[in-house]
Amino acid sequence: MRRIILAIVSTVASLVLVLSFKTHSPSAVATPPAAVSSTGTSAGTSGSGSSSTGSSSGSSSSSSKKPTSSSSKTYTGDAAMTRYGPVQVQVTVKSGAVTSVAATDYPMNDPRDAQINSYAIPQLNSAAAAAGDANIDMVSGATYTSEGYLSSLQSALDKAGL
Amino acid sequence: MGTVFSIEIRDPGDWTKAIDDVVRWLHFVDATFSTYRADSAISRIDRGELRVADANPYVAEVLDLCARMQHVTGGYFTSVVGGRLDPSGLVKGWSIERASMLLREHGSTNHAVNGGGDMQLAGESSPGQPWTVGIADPHDRSRVLSTVSGRDMAVATSGVTERGAHIVEPFTGRAATDLGAVSVVGTSLTGVDAYATAATAMGSGALVWLESVHGIEGLVVGSDGTVARTAGWGRAPASGCHATHRG
Repeated sequence: MRRIILAIVSTVASLVLVLSFKTHSPSAVATPPAAVSSTGTSAGTSGSGSSSTGSSSGSSSSSSKKPTSSSSKTYTGDAAMTRYGPVQVQVTVKSGAVTSVAATDYPMNDPRDAQINSYAIPQLNSAAAAAGDANIDMVSGATYTSEGYLSSLQSALDKAGL
Repeated sequence: MGTVFSIEIRDPGDWTKAIDDVVRWLHFVDATFSTYRADSAISRIDRGELRVADANPYVAEVLDLCARMQHVTGGYFTSVVGGRLDPSGLVKGWSIERASMLLREHGSTNHAVNGGGDMQLAGESSPGQPWTVGIADPHDRSRVLSTVSGRDMAVATSGVTERGAHIVEPFTGRAATDLGAVSVVGTSLTGVDAYATAATAMGSGALVWLESVHGIEGLVVGSDGTVARTAGWGRAPASGCHATHRG
């Protein structure tokens, strides 16, 4: 399920990809098992099929020719079930590049999924927007990304044909 | 668990080939170093099925870097977690830094490679405009605590995340909870990322230790929300980046 989106827009090339890298190292001990076990439940609903362990392999697809339409379009990924509830992610694409990623649905007791991956997406992220500082290119923060979030994001990227 | 990587190239031109190479690189790193994959080199080495000398040379490079980081951080950085070989704490920063080097080899001098909030930034975000990175408040993600601007810099943040502590104090095996987050800025993400992880594990000693490391600056947020910075955080460090504090 590791798929890639790739876009070339005149002077900016941007790419977003989902990989099974762990975030900072010593998580194996301290991460609650619950966070890991959610993968099993989300696999079946993933739009991209097999996401069983988060370390699944798959073909990478990339493409350099994207429609050059200047209007934005949104694509909503399939909802992924997690033990906390459904997670659903939406991507906005303009001129073949992802301009924003947002969670449209997330478990109420786990609302941070809504913002988490804004950190990984340059330019448009909630913290920068909240700070009212358009000059902020990216935000650095400790992140945790749920499997549910990743599989719905992948599904949205698939639908966008990226 | 996984994470999202993004790559932005701010140089004009067609970078399809360069990006393909970076993607191939990241997939190679994932396949080689993932502790989630039973067939990865790291998993096989951990089980005693593969010798480091027989593995891809990058494995030895990473394990050497881990050993160096363990030494430099007084053992607060470690590649053995719960008795298992796990160099993940170094691999992400290292692979991102190398991805940036790969883009440079392809001729790109202005780009960003970001893996889950840790980033290597090359050149400028636009002509005459340095990269600006916001440091998220770990207790309120909608708030930016500080910003760092610069050219050719690396920024990493480590700490207690959305689901609680995920850094272990290696000497006790307990979760490190003194600090909310540690952000480190420097030139090399390999070091910066490992330093941020180690400093988080250090807890109250983090700031003093960060001051002692040459070429980096750090911002430390306590679990009680207090913010402390190394003396140079507000000035331009040797790497040519500068930071400003806001709010």
